[in-house]
Amino acid sequence: MTIDVAVVGAGPAGLAAATRCARLGLATSLFDDQAVPGGQIYRGITEAPALRVAQLGAEYARGAAQVDALRATTAAYVPDASVWSARGLPDATIELGVSTRVAGGAKTHMVRARAAILATGAQERPFPIPGWTLPGVMSVGGAQILLKTAGLVPQGRVVIAGSGPLLWLAAGQLMDAGATIDALVETVPRGRLREALAHAPAFLTSPYFRKGLDLARRVRRRTRVIEFVESLAAIGASRVEALRYTVDSKAHEIAVDHLLLHQGVVPGVELAGAAGCALHWNDLHACFEPAVDEWGGTTVASLFVAGDGAGIAGAQAAAARGALTALAVANALGRIDHRDRDREAAPLRRTLADAQRGRRFFDVLYRPADAFRIPQGDTLACRCEEVTAREVVDAARAGCAGPNQAKAWLRCGMGPCQGRYCAPTVTELIAQARGVPPAEVGTWRHRIPVKPLTLAELASIPSTAEADAAVIRE
Amino acid sequence: MTKLEFDIAIVGGGLVGAAIAYGLRALGDDLVVLDEGDRAQRAARGNFGLIWVQGKGLGLPSYGAWTQRSAREWPRLAADLRDQTGIDVALRQAGGVHLCMSAHELETRRAQLQALMAQPGFARYDVDVLDRAALAVRLPGLGDAVAGGTYCAQDGDCNPLRLLRALHAALQAARCQYRPGAAVDVIEPIGDRFLLRTRDGVVAARRLVLAAGLANARLAPQVGLAAPVRANKGQIVVLERVQPFLPLPVETLRQTDDGTVLIGDSQQDADDEALDPAVLAAMAKRALAAFPGLAGVRVQRAWAALRVMSPDGFPIYAQSRRHPGAFVATCHSGVTLAAVHAHVLAPALAASELPQGCADFTPERFDVRATA
Amino acid sequence: MFARRPDPEDGAVVSITIDGAPFAARAGDTVAAALLAAGIAAFRTTPVSAAPRGPYCLMGTCFECTVEVDGQPNRRACMTRVAPGMRIATQMGAPRVAPRPS
Repeated sequence: MTIDVAVVGAGPAGLAAATRCARLGLATSLFDDQAVPGGQIYRGITEAPALRVAQLGAEYARGAAQVDALRATTAAYVPDASVWSARGLPDATIELGVSTRVAGGAKTHMVRARAAILATGAQERPFPIPGWTLPGVMSVGGAQILLKTAGLVPQGRVVIAGSGPLLWLAAGQLMDAGATIDALVETVPRGRLREALAHAPAFLTSPYFRKGLDLARRVRRRTRVIEFVESLAAIGASRVEALRYTVDSKAHEIAVDHLLLHQGVVPGVELAGAAGCALHWNDLHACFEPAVDEWGGTTVASLFVAGDGAGIAGAQAAAARGALTALAVANALGRIDHRDRDREAAPLRRTLADAQRGRRFFDVLYRPADAFRIPQGDTLACRCEEVTAREVVDAARAGCAGPNQAKAWLRCGMGPCQGRYCAPTVTELIAQARGVPPAEVGTWRHRIPVKPLTLAELASIPSTAEADAAVIRE
Repeated sequence: MTKLEFDIAIVGGGLVGAAIAYGLRALGDDLVVLDEGDRAQRAARGNFGLIWVQGKGLGLPSYGAWTQRSAREWPRLAADLRDQTGIDVALRQAGGVHLCMSAHELETRRAQLQALMAQPGFARYDVDVLDRAALAVRLPGLGDAVAGGTYCAQDGDCNPLRLLRALHAALQAARCQYRPGAAVDVIEPIGDRFLLRTRDGVVAARRLVLAAGLANARLAPQVGLAAPVRANKGQIVVLERVQPFLPLPVETLRQTDDGTVLIGDSQQDADDEALDPAVLAAMAKRALAAFPGLAGVRVQRAWAALRVMSPDGFPIYAQSRRHPGAFVATCHSGVTLAAVHAHVLAPALAASELPQGCADFTPERFDVRATA
Repeated sequence: MFARRPDPEDGAVVSITIDGAPFAARAGDTVAAALLAAGIAAFRTTPVSAAPRGPYCLMGTCFECTVEVDGQPNRRACMTRVAPGMRIATQMGAPRVAPRPS
């Protein structure tokens, strides 16, 4: 049975896309890895006790409205469903491999759709500093998830380090929840603020500026803010015990029990890449993104990408892009004509343009400095396979032209995370060693499965005559 | 100053090219290996890692001998690479098993091996035909669906990615030139040299070895050779690391020294590297029938690679008659044959000839009209 | 160490065991949250170098939080919800394959 649209990911983009597709009369299924909708930014929105929601802000509550909108449609919402493969078939339909968690394990089935919208969102940008793999070192996003979904607050000496609006937002949220933040250690280089304002003077008059200023002021009142940090290192034996940092080339050390790291988010491109979508390097964002047109269309027929997975632009932009891809799909499947599509798209494009314009300032301000994107020496570039920065650089100097060759030589990218936490690092290490731009170096050749499934699950997929002929030889 | 003139240029830095280059490394920077970029179709990265003897050579006994010779040369290759580079390629030669999933399959296999050994001039070796009970002693956890299998003490495996890395490290240590991003478009024989127009500039060499896998088909005729190879697509499933449980490689399933489990193999007449879940599923079913204990182990990765297949599946080694000094070398068992490529083929090429015992591997056997 | 923010709407207690010791988790907790609430920072040691690791992303992408759940190894703690009677074991190195299907 072939459905009209399969949407992958129940964050703001996926919710908007699935809701709009269903409203346009398309038989729609929304698959999501988590047990409840909301993605990461609206994590736990349907379960968070009201008290928590009040603390986390009005933005967060917006997610609840999006979920309600979806639930009011006939779209099938499938939680606990990992989409581990996506591919375009010769008849321009899309086949997805979906692993659904059931009691005691998981079951896999293949889904056919006339079109698919990937809204798998973003992940924390890797933050490869010495000691970043020590227990007690965690992403800021991770700490936020613990707060939002389990009401857990880190105790003892807590330090937040890195760059980006989330740093300040999370610091405020954690302190409101009772955590003591010993310091907020910011890695934005000197002079960057001036540069960002020069790029986006209009930001000064935007509502983001006011909100940002207020937030920063409130945080500064309640914790020590250390700025213009040039290097970070997590120190400890079996868990993190201290944070060493330098400012103006002078070293300092503070004791920590929890080190929360964040330097922005990057698109999750594994599923789009494995489906064969072309990926390109976005130099301002220092990450890879799928190549998409103005409707979210990729280089694979009938496959679209919406939301932060297409390029980091935040929740508002994600919702707009989700709705735009829904219109494109509805048009492609003959539900609406060009005129209606373009008419309904107009307000969405305005919302999208506003959201993207507003982000320009942040994009420049918070682009992580080289020292924090490109590690050195014994610092681990690949956490899973424990490959150091030095090993990657040596491989590049010995002739490794890119990450795929480096992967074959060093195993970086071959571990359980499938290169999610080392992709941009490995690319930039090789680029720097070879003296060429990251765009030229490229990234992994992503392949299925992009999420884990058991051998038994894989074996349960119906075979085909062609497949048996390829494998069974009596 | 970038060196542009060499004694020998090897086109292709995969397992065949790197093993031959390794055997010629005494040439130092008079040797250049020209390789493609990061995204090239590379059979070398798609290897299963078997060093396999049993069953090979049906239709060409000298292939059986060539393979066995390589298996015997392998310990020296592994030891030398470890000494020179510090890289252990995890050579294991404790035997290997070909599984049969029915009594009929077991009987067919037995008959095939018998026919193999009965060929005139075939260098025979022992292969034990074992029923399930005897096999289960060697392979704990063997599934009930397995009818039996054939065991050969000369079979083994290694870590093929580390092998490639070790070969390249040895080349680097010997100061041989390695040029990635230098795919060869055109070769012009000019006088006593060959001009190679690569994506990274022009290179000249007195002698030339084409070890470019599928690209050999296009390049060989440019120097009066023939290498009629086609792509044969194989897909592989890789499971996450588990504690050591499989002491011997099975022809379609082995546990690596890292603890991961490799599952193969599929064969399709195709030249793309797209993965087909149905093919992966068929391989998974067969693996589960052999080792049911793997049911809950997770699939970590999968990939496809293109075997370099000659019309009869046997290697092609040849020297151009029209342009002496130009050679072609291609096979689909780059891991098994790495040792003879390094220890036997390379020294012969250094003397501008082909080794004894390789006369059967010229492309004339395909009835191709050789360029005079 | 993580402490629970008191909330009148919090879920019921769910009894689980962690490395054999009983622990009172909360309904709706992920295994990761439960382990952190129990004061456990290192969930496993790596197969490569036996280095201790704890959760990093908490959203199912980093695979650092893998533990054994009810005898099944390599389960992402952050993607698994606690259930009554659940047996959680921190994981040292690579998981052991069962010789027969369970």
